[in-house]
Amino acid sequence: MGAINTLVQGVLLGGLYALFATGLSLTFGIMRLVNLAHGDFIVLAAFLALAAGQALGLPPITALAVVIPAMAGLGYALQRGLLNRTLGNDMLRPLLVTFGLSVIVQNLLLEGFSADSQKLQGGAWETASIGLGGGLFVGVYPLIVFALAVLVIGGLQLLFYRTELGRVFRATSDDRETVGLMGANNNHINAMAMAIAMGVVGLAGVLFAIRTNFDPAGGGSRLLFAFEAVIIGGLGNLWGTLAGGVVLGVAQAIGGAINPGWQILAGHIAFLIVLLVRPQGLFPRVAH
Amino acid sequence: MTPLIETRGLTAGYGQFQALFGVDLSLEEGQTVAIIGSNGAGKTTFLRALTGLLRPDREQVLYRGKAIGGLAPEKIVRLGVAMVPEGRRLFPSLSVEENLLIGGLSRRKGPWSVERVYEMFPILREKRKVPGTSLSGGQQQMVAIGRALMSNPELLLCDELSLGLAPVVIKDIYAALPRITGEGCSVIVVEQDITQALAAAQTVYCFREGQVSLTGSPAELSREAISAAYFGM
Repeated sequence: MGAINTLVQGVLLGGLYALFATGLSLTFGIMRLVNLAHGDFIVLAAFLALAAGQALGLPPITALAVVIPAMAGLGYALQRGLLNRTLGNDMLRPLLVTFGLSVIVQNLLLEGFSADSQKLQGGAWETASIGLGGGLFVGVYPLIVFALAVLVIGGLQLLFYRTELGRVFRATSDDRETVGLMGANNNHINAMAMAIAMGVVGLAGVLFAIRTNFDPAGGGSRLLFAFEAVIIGGLGNLWGTLAGGVVLGVAQAIGGAINPGWQILAGHIAFLIVLLVRPQGLFPRVAH
Repeated sequence: MTPLIETRGLTAGYGQFQALFGVDLSLEEGQTVAIIGSNGAGKTTFLRALTGLLRPDREQVLYRGKAIGGLAPEKIVRLGVAMVPEGRRLFPSLSVEENLLIGGLSRRKGPWSVERVYEMFPILREKRKVPGTSLSGGQQQMVAIGRALMSNPELLLCDELSLGLAPVVIKDIYAALPRITGEGCSVIVVEQDITQALAAAQTVYCFREGQVSLTGSPAELSREAISAAYFGM
């Protein structure tokens, strides 16, 4: 029973990692932009929800209604005003600029909120669980997070394959110059992609902050988990990213069950094994 | 009468490398112009400068008398200038139909629709669900032409329609041109293979080393004059 329990917890944790990774997967897939500040934006979203809670008295779930649009707007402005200028043939430029952003965000959060560890209080349902029989219990909260991950990724798939914006995203991923010739404004399209990515970051940040403690320095490891989920799943495939998150979550859960100190290590080892055995990831779609 | 498009002393290039040295060209509405010349003569650069992919000075390109040089590509396509790029440049992740739909992004009104493109190239209707790049070269060229027509252009720029295609396929592709000009669309065709281009055009410009080396109507120009302008001998 213990083994099945570990497995289920790992799969559900994978949902959160998939949400971490979705934005990264989107921005890389559409505009080949690797956002090194991605993890810090997840933490920023968590602090935004904290601030909304303190200033407006909003419970975390309601704060999402503020945090998601705010992050999406920030994403649009950031891409339009800054990151579009870094795109081109040189991969190093966006890396350097987003690394700089990462430092800035961390330090602003330190200034504003101190280095203290914080947590959002979701309420009683946060710790509720349902019995599946045979002594197996799953937490309501991890279940909700996983369901949201599936919903978000399913929704994005619909957007990508059923709407004009999605078509333009896919075409931009193929050939940015030719999409411009067809009448698309590349700067706007990129900014829309970043807005969607950051909206998901807003959701992921709040869900993460209800689950665990966070502090301004926590961005780096969120970025790492996101990267690992994207790479394990294969570039350019959002369902693959969900699978990558699940692999990472299960590996961590197994590692943690053997020895609590091995939880994070086990995730990294699983990532390295995938890199060795299948460097293109489990379900790659973008050929590069 | 104001020409549909006119270039005045057009210069363009890539970074330090200049590829066009003062090109004057003009096209009346309803006309088909052929630009011929060897590899590296500046033909593709010329089209890239017209579409805004390169940024010449504003006054060097006039569209209906209005200076448009260096406008962003998405603005130029909204004015009614569409391009069939060299090598077709279909979107591999998109189906044939999705490739056509992307061509309609500029939302210009006019005679062309997905349905009309299928009428002109019936094979594309059968293949509409498959990825554009899984088609044969000639069929891909049909998609690229259809995609450009979806913006209902007043001026269609065709870069090397014949590139990499069998002669019989090239004939089929060029057979579609009268349908397009019949809708009132003017055309600039750029070709290395001059036979089809000369047959389709009322005016021909020969480019050599970034300049116009010869111009006139195909009927009036002798093969010798063209070959001298083409090769510089």
